[in-house]
Formats: sequence, C-alpha cells, structure tokens
Amino acid sequence: MLAGLAAVVALAAVGVTLGVLASRPAPIIIRNTRIAVVDGPHANQHVSLDATFYLPAGQGRVPAILLAHGFGETKYAVAPEAEYLARSGFAVLTWTARGFGASTGQIALDAPDYEVADVRQLVSWLARQPRVLLDGPGDPRVGIAGASYGGGISLLAAGYDPRIDAVVAQSTWNNLATALFPNNAVGGTPAGGVFKKQWAGLLFTQGAVGFGSAAPGAGGTGHGHSPATGTPLCGRFLPQICSMYQQVATLGRATPQAIALLKRSSPATVDSRIHAPTLLIQGEHDSLFGLSQANANYQQIRRAGTPVDMVWFAGGHDGGDQQTSRMEALTAQWFHRWLSPGHPPRSAPTGLPGFEVSRSLGFDPATGQQSLAVATAAAYPGLAGLDHVTVRLSGPPQVVINPPGGSPASISVFPGLGQLGPAAGAGGLTFDMPGQSAAFTSAPLRAPLQVTGSPQVRIRVSGARQVTLFAKVYDVNQVGTALLPYQLVAPVRVSNATNGATVTIRLPAMDYAFAAGHRLRLVLTTTDFAYATPAAPATYRVWLAGPGLTLPIDPALTVGGSTVPWWTWAAPAAALAAAIVLLMAGRRRRTERLSPRVAEVPLEITGLTKRYRDGQLAVDDLSLRVERGQILGLLGPNGAGKTTTLRALMGLLHPDAGTITIFGREVSPGSPALSRLGSFVEGPGFLPHLSGRANLDLYWQSTGRPIGDARLADVLAVAGLGEAIDRRVRTYSRGMCQRLAIAQAMLGFPDLLVLDEPMNGLDPPQIHEMRDVLRDYVMDGRTVILSSHLLAEVELTCTHVVVMNQGRRVAAGPVQAIIGEGTALAIGTPEVARALSALETVEGIAGAEPAPGGILVHAGEVPTADVVAVLVRAGVPVERVGPGRRLEDAFLDLISSDGVTAPAPAAIRSPAGQGAAMDGGS
Amino acid sequence: MGAPAGRAGAATAGVTPAGAPGYQPRRTLPLRVEFRRQLHRRRTMVAFGILLILPWVLVGAFEIGGPPSPDSGAPGLVTLAATGGLNFAAFSFFASAGFLLVVAVALFCGDTVASEASWASLRYLLASPVPRARLLRQKLAVALAYSTIAVVSLPLMALLAGTVAFGWHPLRLPGTGIELGYGSALGRMAVVLAYVMINEVVVAALAFLLSVSTDSPLGAVGGAVGLVIVSNILDAVTALGNWREVLPTHWQFVWLDAFSPQITWGGMAEGTAVSLSYGLILFALAFRRFRAKDIVS
Repeated sequence: MLAGLAAVVALAAVGVTLGVLASRPAPIIIRNTRIAVVDGPHANQHVSLDATFYLPAGQGRVPAILLAHGFGETKYAVAPEAEYLARSGFAVLTWTARGFGASTGQIALDAPDYEVADVRQLVSWLARQPRVLLDGPGDPRVGIAGASYGGGISLLAAGYDPRIDAVVAQSTWNNLATALFPNNAVGGTPAGGVFKKQWAGLLFTQGAVGFGSAAPGAGGTGHGHSPATGTPLCGRFLPQICSMYQQVATLGRATPQAIALLKRSSPATVDSRIHAPTLLIQGEHDSLFGLSQANANYQQIRRAGTPVDMVWFAGGHDGGDQQTSRMEALTAQWFHRWLSPGHPPRSAPTGLPGFEVSRSLGFDPATGQQSLAVATAAAYPGLAGLDHVTVRLSGPPQVVINPPGGSPASISVFPGLGQLGPAAGAGGLTFDMPGQSAAFTSAPLRAPLQVTGSPQVRIRVSGARQVTLFAKVYDVNQVGTALLPYQLVAPVRVSNATNGATVTIRLPAMDYAFAAGHRLRLVLTTTDFAYATPAAPATYRVWLAGPGLTLPIDPALTVGGSTVPWWTWAAPAAALAAAIVLLMAGRRRRTERLSPRVAEVPLEITGLTKRYRDGQLAVDDLSLRVERGQILGLLGPNGAGKTTTLRALMGLLHPDAGTITIFGREVSPGSPALSRLGSFVEGPGFLPHLSGRANLDLYWQSTGRPIGDARLADVLAVAGLGEAIDRRVRTYSRGMCQRLAIAQAMLGFPDLLVLDEPMNGLDPPQIHEMRDVLRDYVMDGRTVILSSHLLAEVELTCTHVVVMNQGRRVAAGPVQAIIGEGTALAIGTPEVARALSALETVEGIAGAEPAPGGILVHAGEVPTADVVAVLVRAGVPVERVGPGRRLEDAFLDLISSDGVTAPAPAAIRSPAGQGAAMDGGS
Repeated sequence: MGAPAGRAGAATAGVTPAGAPGYQPRRTLPLRVEFRRQLHRRRTMVAFGILLILPWVLVGAFEIGGPPSPDSGAPGLVTLAATGGLNFAAFSFFASAGFLLVVAVALFCGDTVASEASWASLRYLLASPVPRARLLRQKLAVALAYSTIAVVSLPLMALLAGTVAFGWHPLRLPGTGIELGYGSALGRMAVVLAYVMINEVVVAALAFLLSVSTDSPLGAVGGAVGLVIVSNILDAVTALGNWREVLPTHWQFVWLDAFSPQITWGGMAEGTAVSLSYGLILFALAFRRFRAKDIVS
C-alpha cells in the first residue's frame, strides 16, 4: 500500500518536475526604449514612441515582428504575445501608437500620414538592429501583426511599406466607413448607412479619455495613460478626427468628409498593394468589425495575387472565446512559414488550411465552457458559400412603427459589454419591441443546416421615403424559444420606398448550425439599441418579396478528426514497451528440475534462509528431511521461524537461499509440485459470505482438478460440522473454522499435509480425535508436518521432531529417542553428588547427570526398582521418581540461551537405533 | 470426525507429472469459479444496488422538482434530462461518470486481491497452487467483467427508468438541442459507453496495483479513489496548462464530444491514449510486484 502510494507520488513528482522544467520560459531579452519618429502630412511632427524590443537569447540574426496593440491600449497589452513570439525565435518590437499611453502625438486612426508613417520608420529602426535578419540594406525580414486597431495598422503598413514580408491581421476592418455606417442592402453605401452609434461612441471615448480597454482582441489594462495632454472634449484625438466624430454623432449619419477621412484609414485603399502573405483572423462574435470586413480584405488581397488565408474564430469584439493561445500559435506558425530563413517558396502551400472555422460544439457541462471544434477547408469560398440552400419563409405583410425618437429600442447586443454576454454561439439578451418588428417564420427544418456565410433575403417595404430596418435571423427551437445567432443584426436603409421598394438584404455573416426540427425566423425591426435610428415617427409595411432565405453553405468544411497530437499513438506504444520490459526484466526462471535422488522423499529442505524486508532473519540455514509415513513436529517458541518455513514450502515466500523439494521437485511460487501438498497455515482463510460447503467446493474447483478426486465426504467427516456446513462461514466459531480449514487442507488427500498449530482452538475431545485422524492419515505412506509451540502436543502426536529457535534448527530426531521414554528416569533428590556416585557402580546404567531438582538417569535395561533400590541403599533420599523429560529440558535449555550453536548438542543426538531418518547435516 | 480411509498417494510419485493427478496449471481458478466467489459478496450487491436504484432516485428528483426550465441559453445535459429516456440515460451517465462509476470500478478492481489477502484465503489459493500470474489474470478478468457490467448497468437502467418516466423520444444534443434519430442516438451512447470503459482502465489499473500491494481492501479502493480526486484537483489548476493533459482524469468527460452535432474523435483518442498508457504500465507493475511478493497475509 505504502509502496504503491510512494510509486504514484514519485511518478507525479517526476511529471511535475518535467512540467516545471519544460514550462520554464526560454530566456529572452527585453529592452524598453523610446523611438523618435517624424510624421504628419508635411513630415514635420516629431513623435516619441514608447517601445519595447524583445529578443530571443543568442547571437544570430532572427526575423523580426512588429506587434501592434488595440485601440485604447498600449504596448503592454501585447506583452504576453510578444514574449511568446520572442520565445518562438523572433525579434519582436511592440510600441504604443501615437496618442496613446506614454507615446506622444495624437490619435489619427491609423492614418497614412501619421501611424503608417511611424511604422515605416519602425521598420527602418529594425533594419538597424544587429540581431535582426536583413533581406537587403535597410530592409529587415519583418512581419507585422495586431488585432483590431493593430490589425488595421498591420494591413495599412503592409500596403504602404513593401519591406514588410508577412501580415497577421485580426478582428480588423476593411473600410472604417462601412464598418461604422453599415448598410446591408445590396448596393448600399456608407453614405446611406446606419450609424453604429454605440460602438463609435465607445471607441471615441476610449481615445478621448482612456476608457479602460473594453475592446477585446488583446487583454490587459492600459498602462501609462496620460489623457491629460488633450482637451476635455477631444482628448488626444487629432482635431479633424474629433470634429468629424462630433459632426456625425450629432447628425446620426455619415457626411462625405467623414467617409473620406475614414476611408483613408482603411485597408480598402491599399489592399490591392499588399504583397506580403496575409493571415486574416476574424471573430464570429463581432458586431463592430464583422466577418464581412475580413471578407472584403480577403477578396482584395486575393485579387492582388497575394497568398492569404482566412480564420474565423469563436471570439471577437463582442466576447465569446478569444482562443488566445490558438491565435498566438497560428500567428507564430504563419510567421515561421513566411519569415524563417530558408522558408518554402511563395508558391508552396501556406501551411494552414485556406479556411478555418471554430465551431461551437455546445456547452461543455464539465468545464462550463463552450467546447470548440475546428472545421477546415482547403479554400475560403467567400460569404456566398460553395453552395446555398433556400428556406421558405411565410408570414403576411406586416405593419411596423418607428417610435418617436427611436425609443424604446429593440436590443440585439450591448457593444463593449461583450464579455458579459453568453459564451455560447447563440443566445443572450435580445429583445424585439412589440409593434416595431415583423416576423416571417419557416417550417421546421427536416435536416440540420450548417450555414457558413452571409444569408440573403428579399423583402419589400413601403411607407416612407427612407426606411431604416434591422434584419436578423433567429433560431427557433421546438419549444418556441428564439435565439439570435451571435447577436448580430444587419442594418439596412431603403431609399425611395414611399410607394414600396424591393431590397435584397445581406444578413450578418456567420457560421452557425440550425438543428433539425428548428425553425428559422426573419425579424425586421425599426429600432436597435446599438444604432442611430430616425427620430421621426413613421409607419412601414413590410412583406416578403421572394421565397425566403438564401443560406450559403460550405460542404468542404470538415471538422478534422486526424489532428491528434503525435503522442496519442506514441504513448500507448511506449507504455506497451515499458510494460513488457517491466514484466520480462527480473523474471525468475522456474527450475522444474527433478532430483531423482529424492524423488520419493516427500519433503527435503536444504539450507533454507529467509530474511524479511525489515531485516529480520526468520529462517537461518535450515535443513531437514521428512520421509513417508512420518508425522513431523516443528517445535519452537513463537517467532522461531516455524511458520516462515511452512510458508516457504507452500511457495508463498521467495527464500534468500536454499532449496525445498517436494517429491524431488524444487518448489518455487506456484510450482505444480505444490498440488501434492495440503496446507493449513496461520489460521483459516475462507470467504466469509459463503457456506463452509461452498468454500470447500470452490476451493477444490479452483485447483482445477477432477471433482471426484476431492473426497469431499471423507473430508467433511473430518470437519464434523454437521448441519453447520451449509451456514455461512461468517457465523462459525473459531474452532469450527479451524476444523473446516484442516478439512480443506485434506481435500484430495494430499501426499504431504502441512498443519500449523492445528490443535489451537479445539476442545480436548476434538484434539484427541484429530490425533487419531493424523495417525491414520500417514498409515498409507502419506506424510504430515505440523508445527507447534507446545512440547506435549508434539510428543503426543508426532513421530519425529525438529526443534527450532531463532530461525535455526537446534535439534532433530525421532520423538521417542528424544523423549527417552523407558530409558531415562528423573529422580528427585537433594543429594545429587551422592546419588551420582552411588549409581556409577551399577552395571547396565548408561549414565547419569544432574538435573533440576535431582538427577537424570539413563537406566538402559536396568529396572526402575533396581535404580531406586541402589539409591536407597546408598542412603540417598529419593523424593520422587518419574520419566525423564529430556526433550523438554533440552528445549527449554536451548531456547533460553541466545547463542544457539549447531550442530545439535550431544544430548539430542540421534540414537543409532532410530535409523537415519532425520538428516542432521546441513 | 472420522478417520479417513487410506489411499496410496505415492503410487504416481516421481513419474512424469510434477503435480498431483489431474492437476494442470492452466485449469486452475476457472473464471466461473472466481465469478461465483465474488458474486454473493455484500459489496457486490450493494454496488449494483446503488447503480440500479440511482436512476429511479433521479427520476424521483425530477418528478418532485419538476423538469428543468428549458429556456436558458444553451441547453445542457441537465436541462435536457427530462426530455426522454435517451436524454435521461445520457444525463445519468454524466452525473455518475465522475465519481460513482469510478468508485464502482475501484471497488471491483481494488478489492479483488486485497480482500483475499485480508481473509487469508489468498495463501491457500496460491498454495493449491494457482500460479501467481494466472491468479492475477483470472481475478483481473473477473474484476473487469464486474466493472463493465457496472458501467453498463447504470445507463441501461437509466434508459429504462427515463423511458418509463419521460417517454421514448429522440436524443436531443446538449448545447444545440439537435435531435438525433434512435439509431444514431443508440450508436452514440455505445460510443460513450465504450469510451468511459476505456477511461476507467486507468482507475482499474491503479486500484489493481494497490490491491496487490496491500492487505487492506479499503486501502486499495480508497487509495485509487483518492488518487482520482487528487488528479481532479490538479486538473482544476489551470496554471498547469497543457501538463494537465497527462492527468488521467483530464479526459474523463471528453465523451461529451460524442454528443456534439458532428462527432469529434480527437479528444477521445487522446483520452484513450492516456488511459491505456497508464493502464498498461500500472497493470505491468501490478503483475511484477505480485510476482516478486512474499505473501505474509
């Protein structure tokens, strides 16, 4: 038990140690610095950027990565990712963009003249670093990555600076104007778009006063904010940006100037110039920069002939699962592919699937997290999918109102509070104001429907010159509960609709599984909390203008099943090898050799030595031999090694030295020779829940021997339990157990019967009977070995005896010889010396010696009466006369002295007349 | 007591067979004998009693407490439990796989050798003689058989109880609420059962190793369960990151993947690898340990 626990603890300790060693970060060098740049339309604004340079330890030149942070954050927000990439072997430069944190300057929204110009100078700075790998003079091998604001600058910088060799842009925009003024009517433009007022307001506030870092994309708090450098209203925004925002926020719609300004800060202007291979990562939970923004980037970069891959992950600006470690790994993989010295040529595969989508598998009740699967396809098909499915909708024309002031508004999502929203792919607090929404519902789906892309629907609307609507597709389950996938809505603004206008709506792009049996419900609302809606009250009439929803599907997307780590196969194989080694190593060869010399000897023990683990020497060089027909007594005090000897001959112990042979076969654990042995050692061992009969029955069956050989009836007679034999053993008294155990040992009438203290617990008549049983048992040449610590027991039952003490044999011989019955007299007398001298002269007396309380006389053939007469004649007072207990005396003598010496004392020698049954040699 | 009638036991001594007439190591401790030895034990009865009653207790709990409200965002196994027999069986399994089934498996595999040692019957089996490796093999086979019956009996009874209480309806998957046809639902249940059994191999092996190492059945069972608990606690330390993947219990609920709309095998493959690896080594250690052990119980 303890050893097992220790083994497990040791295993765990090794595992933890390995874990600690392996998770100990590779050394990197981190250097904080300030980098001076000059930017502005006239290249005359001096800005000092707060930067940190991460280098992997070592000497050689390595590729570099520019790592940009999100809006409202600083370089510290990307520190963990920077360290990760540095440990992956890249030189990483992070900096706080102008207008944020400890950098000077003002926020220009990733404008070409400002932030982009800064990054170009950072690229030049990298080219001057001795550890950065160069493609040419002043041209470092460099990639750029970032999320949201940082993703925007990544794409823009790659568009403006051809020295950038690879891009990873996450959760970012293609066109800031369409992102903030979306119009999802086909053909819609930002000029007629609906103002995403909540997001715009949040972002502006973040820039102006440093509103923490609600925008995800990179966690962390904004260190070193110093918003005090700006004005209260505009914060650290560039004045023209500030006034643009104030204007559109007041108007609730876009102005041409705003659109132009936002467009300048958009990759849409440069995507066709991006030649650096680009990995686009966009969140499915993103009402700010939805999948359609990444799609636009993809199409443009693709048209430029540049390698580009698309990843949809389970997070985004609205929360979800940011999959941080996976995104970091993908980023590192992309940069390794494109930046490492000796990377594959541009025409070679990108190393990633062309399209990768994280799919929610639902809630994992074990972790409370949503469990994700990654579906991949070789190519990204765009938002129209590889194919499409049409789901018919039905519903009458409906009248909806636009409330005065646009309030109360329906709710789809709370921008900026995304982290508080649900983690699952659907659900959350959504609410459609009654009277403001029209619904068109499908029949229950017959089969599950996995939508990947942007569904479309055609509707007709009338009632006002300009109609603002929010379209969303609900997933309605069998009970009628409606869930809004990713809480996304598609705002549309329809012009010239006074007498009715037909419009095709591009619904939010998503990857979502509608279950079989569920319905799809298109809902059109006039208001949405997140958007600016017309203040004027109005009444619209909406109806379907087509069969229903056209839903894109991408059957090429498959959830990979073969992407298990290498150790999935290696570990069991290694474990199997280890198991085989464990079983094979140190295996003891069983020696089945037969010693013909002793083939007829029931038991021979030679030089048996057993030392237990605690160091106790239980049996020390014991040798003995038992012949057929003998009842051998092993006599010794408790702890003399009797039971250890018996256990060894049962094959329960591994002796340290010596051999045991049963009928010439050497005994080792499990030797077949043991089947000729019946044993009862150290108490009975029964299954307490079974009856005595069942115990004997099952015991015999477990030997696998023919049932007819058991001689169950004879054995049951020995047990003598009567009716009790069918009771559970649990109810037995100690004596009953004892008798049943002896019966079990006799099952099959083995040639050699080993009994350990068999008389314990038996009452006197039973003991008497047991002696008869044993005497009969050896009649036909069988052999019995019994151990006892009672001299009288051995004397009455055994034919031969081996006396043991402290593991050693101290005496051996026939009981008769040792007891000396009829040949020795114990005579009680106070005058020992006179008695001895008186007997010296008597003819026929072999000898006499002092004994406790008198003398011991080896009278030989001399009658007792003569001996007494001689003594009386000599005037010796004889107090009592009895048989001489030589064995007992010797026994007590022997066991009372610590240093027992072999060979046995002469007093215990084997008289020649008893034959050489006991082999005294060792 | 009567004196046994004599028989010349020496007749065949020294001739070819080393053992007594009719003795063959291969025939010792037949499986059916070991099965019977274990069958009527109180602990066997109690274990199966609990496993078979538990589903009805759960049904009762749902009847008293009413079905879980269905309108929360993502329906979990609990929420869907009362939607039909299949869902109820899945839920019962989920509720019991983490601990109850672990205890059951640890009980059957941890108790098997240690209880023999505590009854002192082990030495008589070994001296009869049942070769040590064979004794372990037979006992392990029977213990695993009992464990398998235990793991299977709970969901079967839950299926029965759930169907009686909530009707026979298609399986609705947690998270998505997608309904599966009966055939594929039963197929997935079979996958889950198979995986859980494989996952319990590590518990079985650990309990078995402890069982051959100690004379205290309680120590063996408790030790195995205790280590599972320790593993669970370590698994909760997210700072360990990927190192938790080598914890045997890290994968114990990966079978929920079988209830996703598109069944994924990756996690179950990894869990299988971890469990089998531990199992092989622990079983080998058990055999090695028992082979070299001095039986002093």
